[in-house]
Amino acid sequence: MTATPKGDRRVASKARARGRDRERRPIEDPNAPIITRRLTKRYGDFVAVDALDLEVHAGEIFGLLGQNGAGKTTTILMLLGLTEPSGGGARVVGLDPTRKPLEVKRHVGYLPDSVGFYDGMTGRENLRYTAKLNGLDRRAAAVKIDEVLEQVGMTERADTKVETYSRGMLQRLGIADALVKDPSVLILDEPTTAIDPIGVIEILDMLRGLVRDRGLAVLLSSHLLSQVQSVCDRVGIFAAGQMIGVGSVPQLAEQFGEESARIEVGFEDGGADARASIAKQLGEIPGVDEVIAPTQPGEAFVLVTKPDAARAVRQAALRNAASANLGLSSIRETVPSLDDIYRRAVRQAGLHTRRAAA
Amino acid sequence: MSANATAAPATPAPAETKATTTADRPIRSGWLTIASKELSDHVLSSRFYVLLIVLGIAALIPLYFAAERIRSLAEGATGSPAVFLALFVIQPEGVDLGPINFTVNAFVAIAAPLLGVAFGFDAVNGERHQGTLPRLLSQPIHRDDVINGKFAAGLGAIALALAALLLFVVGFGMLRLGIGPSLEEVLRLLSWFGLTLLYVGLWLAFGTLLSVVIRRAATSALVGFGVWLFVALPIAGPLLAALLGQFLASGATTAADYYGTVQWVQRLLPGQLYGEASAALLTPGVTSVSSADLYKVATLPSNDTVLSFDQSLLIVWPHLVILFALMVGCFALAYARFMRQEVRA
Repeated sequence: MTATPKGDRRVASKARARGRDRERRPIEDPNAPIITRRLTKRYGDFVAVDALDLEVHAGEIFGLLGQNGAGKTTTILMLLGLTEPSGGGARVVGLDPTRKPLEVKRHVGYLPDSVGFYDGMTGRENLRYTAKLNGLDRRAAAVKIDEVLEQVGMTERADTKVETYSRGMLQRLGIADALVKDPSVLILDEPTTAIDPIGVIEILDMLRGLVRDRGLAVLLSSHLLSQVQSVCDRVGIFAAGQMIGVGSVPQLAEQFGEESARIEVGFEDGGADARASIAKQLGEIPGVDEVIAPTQPGEAFVLVTKPDAARAVRQAALRNAASANLGLSSIRETVPSLDDIYRRAVRQAGLHTRRAAA
Repeated sequence: MSANATAAPATPAPAETKATTTADRPIRSGWLTIASKELSDHVLSSRFYVLLIVLGIAALIPLYFAAERIRSLAEGATGSPAVFLALFVIQPEGVDLGPINFTVNAFVAIAAPLLGVAFGFDAVNGERHQGTLPRLLSQPIHRDDVINGKFAAGLGAIALALAALLLFVVGFGMLRLGIGPSLEEVLRLLSWFGLTLLYVGLWLAFGTLLSVVIRRAATSALVGFGVWLFVALPIAGPLLAALLGQFLASGATTAADYYGTVQWVQRLLPGQLYGEASAALLTPGVTSVSSADLYKVATLPSNDTVLSFDQSLLIVWPHLVILFALMVGCFALAYARFMRQEVRA
């Protein structure tokens, strides 16, 4: 965060401020568990979060996506009342976190970035401490702890010391810890970082289940975009302290999509000459702007078209293959990944994609 | 410090808030929960036992010699008002450690600050290092509950260790001398206990301050013990203070002036304040803390020049107030820094 060069963001934000002041987003759902309006955090000249408008609804998983240093953690800390905003405001479960931090924190479960526990205590003892801090009496705590440990699949290891846990287990215990207080909002900061791929899938599945069963509102932040793409109902693309795009992944793909769609078409290989003639044939299909022919046998041809012509081109490619008796092996439209969308969104917004020191 | 912790949870949640199981119940003051967890951590830690042993040894050696000597002197001191307390302050014959007094009192003065530094140096940066601080602060507690609770727990652990030591010395004395302390002596011991707790509390506050300011626990431990070596060991800081005092006092015309200036400089170190106050509390024969006669009374007090307990307390009252103020000031500094710090590293 602090390692980010100061100048960049300051200049960028000033340039944008002019245009942005006009549009003030109306609140869609006044009962949304998380609402921010023009939420801003400055550290001296450095703008960490720049007039952020955000809304997270009950029963959805919202992904706050951005690089390291984009301002995700700062935003989260402001939502919890752990850092004071320099401007704008937030309402979490209907309350202002700056003025009523205790009430907000009672309803919000929080999994911090690289969560830690007391090494010398067991997982269960750590959760018991959290329960106690939340005012649960001994019996209610014991019941609750059993329940959340079961939910995150940590029941077997709950009574061993935390120092023996793997990173993934700590992360699960962290989610259990956030659930002990029976929150209506769950805020997860980088829940999948430093976890093996299977662990990531397990954790994301678990989150889905939690939202389904409890109707929680979940805000999760991540810099591993493609990893959380599948689990989020909506995502917000966050760069240099600004939200440059909000919506479901297909919506964003549309908003930040290229002026072209891509269709991959694979044929049984018939040598270099055959590839050249196929390329020529494909190029004659109306609507195809460009054909990228494979250089290696087995690779697919890529047809670049206008987005609205994609469907017609796909049909024509199939027809042509059938009539010319070509061995068609595959055909699919490539969906842009969240990483592509992110890159494009950042470029369109005119913001620097910087490598912040992690 | 509990005022804000109790007030806020009682505030009724606004109507738009979803009621969950925990919503409407006031939560026990967070600092108490934190303090009880920290105290049990301290008492179960190996750190606690190591310090108990160090403190025990520091007290045991001079205690043994003092008891030897007291027996030989006891016949001549029948009717002395504080034979029992002499266990803490009497110098054995033929042992000379230069500037270090070879008494229980003096050894405790050296070793006890260790307790303060040891229970304070990793209070906050330890939480940071483990990554537990953000999690802890995201619970429905005030931020100051963390530092208040930790300070209270440290003070509790120190009180336990000191009480154990005090009872050990008293028990040893009763066995060895065959007499128990009188009521006056019990009062003096209790007030000495309070004084020592205050002094160690100052060191605890200092350790806590280090833990807030310095990010690495190892560094803050080094700094803490370094300062301890310099300030608490009589061969370092106090010796320098005495030399500096003597240098500044070299122009003095009267002995009173001379000693006054020296003492004034020495009192810049809190250890000096503690030493003076503890000598006056443990020795009824010390009738003033304002001049050189303070340390001359190392033998059994005679009957003619002694103070009653309340008079002794009166002459050390300024010392107690200053030590208390130092402790509070040091803690306030740590508190203020902690409240303003960013949650993450």
